[in-house]
Amino acid sequence: MGRFRHFINIIILVILSTVALRLLFDVILALPMAASAEARPIDHLFNGHFWMISFLFSLIMVMMIYSIFVFRRADGDETDGPHIHGNSKLEITWTVIPLMVVLGFGVWGAFTLNEITRPKDGEMTVNVTGRQWSWSFKYPEQGDAAAAELVLPVNRTIVLKMNAEDVIHSFWVPEFRVKQDLVPGRETTLRITPTEIGNYRLRCAEICGQNHTTMEADVKVVSAEDFQAWIEQKSAGPSFADMTPEERGAYWASTEGFACVACHTTDGTPSAGPTWQGLYMHNVKLADGSTTEANDEYLHNSIIDPNLQIVDGFLPNVMPGNFGDRFAEREQEVGAAEGIDLDISADLIAYIKSLQ
Amino acid sequence: MRTLKILLTSALVKGLVGQAVGWALGYSFVALLRALRGLPTPWLYEPAVAFGAIISLLGFLVAAGVLADWLRWIVGKKTELKHGAPAGQPGWARYINVDTNHKVIGVQYAITSILLLLVGGYFAIVFRIELAQPGMQWLTNDEFNTLFSAHGIVMIAGILLGVGAMVNYLVPLMIGAPDMAFPRLNAFSYWVTIPSAVIILMGMAVGGWDTGWVGYATLSLKAPLGVVLFLLGFWMNGFSSIASSLNMLVTVTTMRAKGMTLFRMPIVVWGSIAASIIQLTATQTVGVALTLTVAERVLGLNFFDPVGGGDPILYQHLFWFYSHPVVYVFVLPGLGVIAELLPVFARKPLFGYRWVALSSLGIALVGFLVWAHHMFTSGMDDALRVPFMFSTMLVAVPTGVKFFSWVATMWEGKLPKNPPTPLLFVFGAISIFLIGGVTGPILGTIPTDLHLHDSYWIVGHFHATMFGGYIFPFFAALYYWYPKVTGRMYKESLGKLHFWLMLPAFWVMSIGQMSVGLLGMRRRVADYDPALGITTTHILITLAALVIGWSVLIMIYNFIASARTEPAADTNPWGSRSPEWQIPSPIPEFNYVTPIEVVGEPYDYGLAGSVYTRTIAPAPSGD
Repeated sequence: MGRFRHFINIIILVILSTVALRLLFDVILALPMAASAEARPIDHLFNGHFWMISFLFSLIMVMMIYSIFVFRRADGDETDGPHIHGNSKLEITWTVIPLMVVLGFGVWGAFTLNEITRPKDGEMTVNVTGRQWSWSFKYPEQGDAAAAELVLPVNRTIVLKMNAEDVIHSFWVPEFRVKQDLVPGRETTLRITPTEIGNYRLRCAEICGQNHTTMEADVKVVSAEDFQAWIEQKSAGPSFADMTPEERGAYWASTEGFACVACHTTDGTPSAGPTWQGLYMHNVKLADGSTTEANDEYLHNSIIDPNLQIVDGFLPNVMPGNFGDRFAEREQEVGAAEGIDLDISADLIAYIKSLQ
Repeated sequence: MRTLKILLTSALVKGLVGQAVGWALGYSFVALLRALRGLPTPWLYEPAVAFGAIISLLGFLVAAGVLADWLRWIVGKKTELKHGAPAGQPGWARYINVDTNHKVIGVQYAITSILLLLVGGYFAIVFRIELAQPGMQWLTNDEFNTLFSAHGIVMIAGILLGVGAMVNYLVPLMIGAPDMAFPRLNAFSYWVTIPSAVIILMGMAVGGWDTGWVGYATLSLKAPLGVVLFLLGFWMNGFSSIASSLNMLVTVTTMRAKGMTLFRMPIVVWGSIAASIIQLTATQTVGVALTLTVAERVLGLNFFDPVGGGDPILYQHLFWFYSHPVVYVFVLPGLGVIAELLPVFARKPLFGYRWVALSSLGIALVGFLVWAHHMFTSGMDDALRVPFMFSTMLVAVPTGVKFFSWVATMWEGKLPKNPPTPLLFVFGAISIFLIGGVTGPILGTIPTDLHLHDSYWIVGHFHATMFGGYIFPFFAALYYWYPKVTGRMYKESLGKLHFWLMLPAFWVMSIGQMSVGLLGMRRRVADYDPALGITTTHILITLAALVIGWSVLIMIYNFIASARTEPAADTNPWGSRSPEWQIPSPIPEFNYVTPIEVVGEPYDYGLAGSVYTRTIAPAPSGD
């Protein structure tokens, strides 16, 4: 009879505690808003887990605290507890039931995974490139329009084909719930179907070196019409022939160009690389102890062959050495489209010159 | 003056000097080879630094005299085991010299472990203060990255040493053995950890590194110089794991007292066996991963960089094949401590002894089959991800057996009205390991992991597992066996203060970390967007971390002060049946002056007249 009363108490306490904890979850352990079709089945699974967490935590804690306070030694009692060795039926029960439950969650997880990863109708591909420490995006189905922000039409499944140029990065927009690494040497894929128009933020979730923290990009989910308008504006592209060398230089330095600004600030604060403000024609102390003047030749060499002269206080091998090739490729593209002869390195130097 | 001389002539100081000399020799050797080819060697030239680090390990071991006995054997000389301080020196001097007594080595492990935990904890506090507010306050990105990377590996080294402390001190005592099977190897296992730790910390001095403790390729190939020393130090620490686990398994297999069958061993021994099996069989794969990375950086071989045909994912497989099971190395001895202490204080047998014992082996076995769950977002095919999801979920089953058995042990047990500090830490451990446990399956199912992976949820889950499975049980063990080790009782009031500061602070920290993680806080970032609405929680986490830090200092003060001032403790203050409590404190040099035999079950509390061990009466002489 006594034992029976304890079990009734435990059942009531566990139920109360489970419900209370699950309600508390919504206050202190809440998910951000859901902004993708994938988030819906994932959030159902989250909800299932949250109930299970509340129940298991309550079960063990209630039994433990109950034992600590209800069964504890009475004053003056010097005897030992009851000599109970174990109970094989009980052990089998609490092996088999948890086994069934976790396998059940596994099946639920597998079905959900299939739902969010299977190909859908009307998909659109976007190429994502991650590098230390910036993102860029290309729209192969829209004439290879390129952008430094990820603009997506609402309610259409997007297949992100992702590549890393240097180290592993990871694509994460918390409101979309899903995450995928970008791995050098192989293309990875992620499907997202944005459902809510709005502005979000993409942040790299895998440690990728010095400026990992600031490897971010804007994500904009817009209506189909707005997306079309944006693509048309992007495809038009800037007319390089009409721009001054300084304006072109600023464009090449931006994340839409070659993302120089990911490591070189224009406001005087050093980052992974030296700042560009006040750099032109000033003396630069190098790591080998010598000093040089930041003239056109020095700047050109530093862009094309960055390990040649390392500035004091900065590390070698951080800046990629392939800008010469990438510039030549772009110069050819623009040359073919606009019929002008560009020198991207000279544009950048002109831009740096203007940052006094 | 005399103290200074003892310190300066100790194996510890000699070893450190030998390490510096070895480093200089190794560096010069590479510089010399280059000079012969007419090449200059710039300051901190990476291959020279790396080769110097390898030679520095030998320098330490030779100068400290760790290899002395083996070297003498080569020339055919016999040597005695080292017991006690060098001639003419006080008793404490044996703790800073090479000694082969398992209890001395256990204490050496414990002190070194606590020092490393303090250093690693200090790193955490420094970067936690940075994280209290959005924006960068007092660290640069580089400093922040180095600090969290070093925090990870220093804490892991500290935990491994703490496991070494518990296993070394307790296992021979609990099985009725006079020492470990290979006492010299045991000393080697301890001493090799010191030069390894020095090399890792030197990595911070030569530019740090920004890869975290996982050191993923290809970032590790581009990281600053410090990463090489981190990789080498981590690699050398593996010698300790492999040698000590082998030693421990041989000891348990061959040196148990008469009548000590496998299912009559104290439960801590089972946890130690499971942990040792993992260490003995998995450490090599991380050794391979680290070796390949160093070879790729220093020798220019190509394993991981896709530009030369390598694959960065290969590193992750090799790394996690060790680094997942190793978390069970951290927790299994701790879970054994929980199961050991509960029956003593509840005055009831351990519920389902065999199930608890075998669940440790179950966790160790399943632990080998789940490594790829760390790589659910790496781009693995679903045909591989899904089986790893199911194997991961299975870990919950033997872990659940442990929780249910602990609760069933407490059920109807006569727990004291005013729980002493070790029991409080056991309660704390259960509650925190429970937080760590129940927040695990949500990471095991892939769809939810896709959100939580590399977020602060993982940070919260992992710290709860480590604090619940290792830190709290380790502290419980320190308080519980303190009177046996020192012969004196710690100050109960300070112990309770430590507990009541640390437990609530840890709850706040852990739940806070999970909360910000759900909202989008990434791991290993120096700064965060205040728009995430997580600033207040971050302040709370930082304050909680500070409270935890201070509470640990209280414990250390308690242990140092009590060893001097407290009166002698009873031989068996907790009323335990375990054999080590039946002999005087501190324990005699070779443990059991008269051998013991096992005649009953270890946890038969509440059974009148039952006996676990008794001394074997000396054989009557004369016939």
